[in-house]
Amino acid sequence: MSLPIYATTGQKIWYYSFRVIVGLILFFLIAPIIIIIPLSFNAENFFTFTPKMLALDPEGYSLKHYRDFFTNPDWIRPLKNSLIIAPFATIISVSLGTLAAIGLSQSHVPFRRGIMAILISPMIVPLIISATGMFFFYSQMGLWMEETFGISKSLSGYIKVILAHAALGIPFVIITVTATLVGFDQSLTRAAANMGATPTVTFFRVQMPLILPGVISGGLFAFITSFDEVVVVLFVGAAAQKTLPWQMFTGLREQISPTILAVATVLVGISILLLATVELLRRRSERLRGMSPS
Amino acid sequence: MAEQVLAADGTPLKASLNRALRRQKMRALMLIAPLLLFIMLTFIIPIGQMLFRSVENQIVGDTIPRTVEALDSWDHDADDIPPPPVFDALAQDLMVAVELKEHTRLGSRLNYEMSGISSLFRKSGRRVDDIGEVYTDQFVALDPAWEEPATWVGLLADPKWIAAREAWDGTGDEPAFIMSRAAKTVLPQTASIYADFARVIQTEDNDSPAEEEPWHVVYLALYNDLTANPSLEVTGPLSGLISSAAAAVPSFETEDVVATFEGFDDDWKNPEIWETIYTYSPAYTNGYFLNSVDLQKTNEGVAWQPENEQIYLTLFWRTMVMSLTITFSCILLGYPVAWMLANLPARKANLLMILVLLPFWTSLLVRTSAWKVLLQNQGVINDLLVWVGFVADDNRLALINNATGTVIAMTHILLPFMILPLYSVMQTIPATYLRAAKSLGATNWTAFWRVYFPQSVPGIGAGSILVFILSIGYYITPEIVGGTKGVFISNRIAYHISSSLNWGLAAALGAILLAIVLALYWAYDRIVGIDNVKLGG
Repeated sequence: MSLPIYATTGQKIWYYSFRVIVGLILFFLIAPIIIIIPLSFNAENFFTFTPKMLALDPEGYSLKHYRDFFTNPDWIRPLKNSLIIAPFATIISVSLGTLAAIGLSQSHVPFRRGIMAILISPMIVPLIISATGMFFFYSQMGLWMEETFGISKSLSGYIKVILAHAALGIPFVIITVTATLVGFDQSLTRAAANMGATPTVTFFRVQMPLILPGVISGGLFAFITSFDEVVVVLFVGAAAQKTLPWQMFTGLREQISPTILAVATVLVGISILLLATVELLRRRSERLRGMSPS
Repeated sequence: MAEQVLAADGTPLKASLNRALRRQKMRALMLIAPLLLFIMLTFIIPIGQMLFRSVENQIVGDTIPRTVEALDSWDHDADDIPPPPVFDALAQDLMVAVELKEHTRLGSRLNYEMSGISSLFRKSGRRVDDIGEVYTDQFVALDPAWEEPATWVGLLADPKWIAAREAWDGTGDEPAFIMSRAAKTVLPQTASIYADFARVIQTEDNDSPAEEEPWHVVYLALYNDLTANPSLEVTGPLSGLISSAAAAVPSFETEDVVATFEGFDDDWKNPEIWETIYTYSPAYTNGYFLNSVDLQKTNEGVAWQPENEQIYLTLFWRTMVMSLTITFSCILLGYPVAWMLANLPARKANLLMILVLLPFWTSLLVRTSAWKVLLQNQGVINDLLVWVGFVADDNRLALINNATGTVIAMTHILLPFMILPLYSVMQTIPATYLRAAKSLGATNWTAFWRVYFPQSVPGIGAGSILVFILSIGYYITPEIVGGTKGVFISNRIAYHISSSLNWGLAAALGAILLAIVLALYWAYDRIVGIDNVKLGG
């Protein structure tokens, strides 16, 4: 789409102004995320750039909001909760989801469309509706668990939130793993079986290494779904299960403290890390299937 | 005769293949089954239960069963309060409900339909145990045996229960009370309320009906039974007690239960209260759905809510309009970006793609907090506008806590969902088509509008439906940046779940929203196909 030599002035103007427009839109997309990073180093409790910051005076900047994040129990506990809940939810979604995706990619699956629709449904149904439904059901389930197994209220709370988050993460695992399996050559498993490998050996030694990139990126999706999720945990969890997004939500709704910006910056860092990992995995997976990355 | 082809193990090949196919199907299903079961348990059943809750209304019939039954004979068109038997029934129901601590729940349920009922039930519940005392005193004056719990047990309990109680060794719970069959036919009202009394005493107080004097309302029921059927006969040792009581009741001083209730609260004289109870007595109701579209049930049928309580249609409408606005803004902003991405060399496009994917991967809360900070009255954007001189310092723009804030923040959040499908469609449109059009004499605009744009429409459709579906169900962002004017129907659902506790209405609103989303999703499936959902490349 480069500009030809014979372009008229009008065409030149349009060419450059179009680029400026696209640049502005991309700026709109990225600026809010970038701008909170310097703001999080503000030495004052303001949400805008102080004159000292604009003058690039080192005194205008400080790490105090980060210190608050890593020392204040109001933030430490939610961080811990998020780091407990998300991995467990991810393990459940990935293990069940991968098995099901392998089942779905077999050549003869009865009711495939219907099954697929059910498995994808947690992604389609608006979160507020999932949360409403789960609110009713999980409170009864929590009581039932406490009475039947005699577990503590706090443990049953964690179990409830983990199960709910696992359900929300499953569609992402299903979609990424089935997409990887489309390029999987089924004759490889047959070859393995031919050479005497049991189905378990075939799965772990032949199939798993090949679809691993898809499984990992599905797992990352599931992790970030749980790690970012706030509506369902708000309805299903109790105060003991308060997660990081929940604490941010409360902070934003009630009294907003600049520590939120420090938390947000840390989360942006995590997103960049995850994005890079998923991108690398995608390329690796395409290379394994003999396709060059676009 | 054609020879049958046999497999290696000697079975016919056809049967052998069929068996292999069946086994393969079974294996696939076995792999899927755990997850399917998991999703069913953790997701589908909860949603189904929510749908059920939107029509379920058993609380009224369960809490005040006698009243509901007695109301059947009430001529509710007569614009008058129900006859005295209904009040008698209510006294008995309320007594049981108070002991089980259920009357406040029922009160708040009916309060959703008519405000004031909640306090009415609470107030009456505190004093209902006095109703029938007049009869207790007179029965006891007639024969002190009426004061003895043993009299009541002898009169009403099944001999089997008495035997079981005697055989009981005192450990664990007392055997559950069994009503004698004869008592049920001879003294129906008394038997019914006494059975509830025995149940409450046994389960709530862990006591025995054989050791507790019944409630006053039981005496009221006995009085009613005896006046209704003066010639009734019981067999056994207590027949004399009953027949002397039956002979005495016509001369008893009576209590006007209707007046007693009116003494608790004047509202009991209000026929509208009774109409509300009557209208909401069936076990299933469409009342919540009617309420979610600003209608209400009255005894003349369905009618509009009072003007000042009509909020849901407005909210649905606002949700739709704002979601459409957001969708259009996303098309407007997403189209040029997608075009650029599709037409740049791969290396540059990948770089720009990161700018689209990073927001997509960033936590929703982070982006919402960013907008909350930026859009504030003293925030960066307003500061910038003041600095440029675009607005005066004392006249800063109100960008947050209104619809503008919601639209800006949500357009930003949902824009990647528009760009990604648009980009994947535009990638498939060959650049040669545009060149061909131009070489045939089309201007830039005609070439774009007549050749390129029609081919990109599927991408617009896919992106729009995706953005629209996502935005009508949004809760977090409107809650934080929307104030009161920029909130969606989902915020109302959350309000009913956590604040007003009107769960039935929340479920009905959720069911309507779910129906809209599923319809849109069905359209999405028809246009794009469910399998083409892609996640960030």
